[in-house]
Amino acid sequence: MSQRLLIQINGEPREVKENISLPELIASLKLKPEQVAIELNQEVVRRAQWESTTLEEADKVEIVHFVGGG
Amino acid sequence: MSTAAPAQTDRFEIGGRSFTSRLIIGTGKYRTFDEMKTAHRASGAEMVTVAVRRVPLDRSSESFLDHLDPALAILPNTAGCYTAEEAMRTARLAREALGTDLLKLEVIGDQTTLFPDNEQTLEAARVLVKEGFVVLPYFTDDLIMAKKLLDAGCPAIMPLAAPIGSGLGVQNPANLRIMREQLPSATIIVDAGVGTASDAAIAMELGADAVLMNTAIAEAKDSTKMAEAMKLAVEAGRLAYVAGRMPKRLYASASSPLAGVVR
Repeated sequence: MSQRLLIQINGEPREVKENISLPELIASLKLKPEQVAIELNQEVVRRAQWESTTLEEADKVEIVHFVGGG
Repeated sequence: MSTAAPAQTDRFEIGGRSFTSRLIIGTGKYRTFDEMKTAHRASGAEMVTVAVRRVPLDRSSESFLDHLDPALAILPNTAGCYTAEEAMRTARLAREALGTDLLKLEVIGDQTTLFPDNEQTLEAARVLVKEGFVVLPYFTDDLIMAKKLLDAGCPAIMPLAAPIGSGLGVQNPANLRIMREQLPSATIIVDAGVGTASDAAIAMELGADAVLMNTAIAEAKDSTKMAEAMKLAVEAGRLAYVAGRMPKRLYASASSPLAGVVR
């Protein structure tokens, strides 16, 4: 049985499967990958690096999109 | 004799991009997406601002960008950031998501007034310009700050007219006039505080190169009509500025000849 990791996504504690990649994380959250950006431990992860980036215990992930603003 | 350039060649440039419209508008506070789209069209704006926020987890959210005309240039902002660090992180996320270097840099100093923290803004501007961003900073209408932001490499500067969303209009026309006179080659975009069409016209008459607004259109009873009013006001104000207004006099100066009046 695979282990679970405890991470933070947008400030909320979350359990995810071990070695989850960023595209898998985005898919599990039912988000459209083309309209979001991801920060891992306060550093932007370029889209080209999503596939090769896997999460570790206690990682802090921010996932943002665009909303109306002035 | 000099002839004025025809209006269609009076273009407005930021960071290598050229615009016909001198009105930049927001995408916040509209009652519906349809209303926003209609207002955007009526305004003639070619660039709109958007905000960066955490995605809501565990519920599907509408993709906001799909509601914008693809022809519009998108200017992401750092609204809601209170430190240079937050603003820089937000800027980098926006660039990654949109693939644009354009940035409205906004670092707020106080919740009640939403006045900018000029010191943090300057600190963030210096770093972000080095990272290749086209930084358009929102700041207090202060000449010295304007010079520092330009020295930092900002291709345009965005002094406020009044507090964000206040609709008070240009509170300190002298400051904008001084900024225009002392920085004749700077691109100045008056950002925030416009309430109605005359406010936008005044900003342009004072020599602003463009005006950025959100609430004045979005909160008007009829946002589409106000969007058109703003378009016309910005054009009128620009033309008046380029035309060069008559000097003010304290006393009358007759328009009709003084000689030959029937006695």
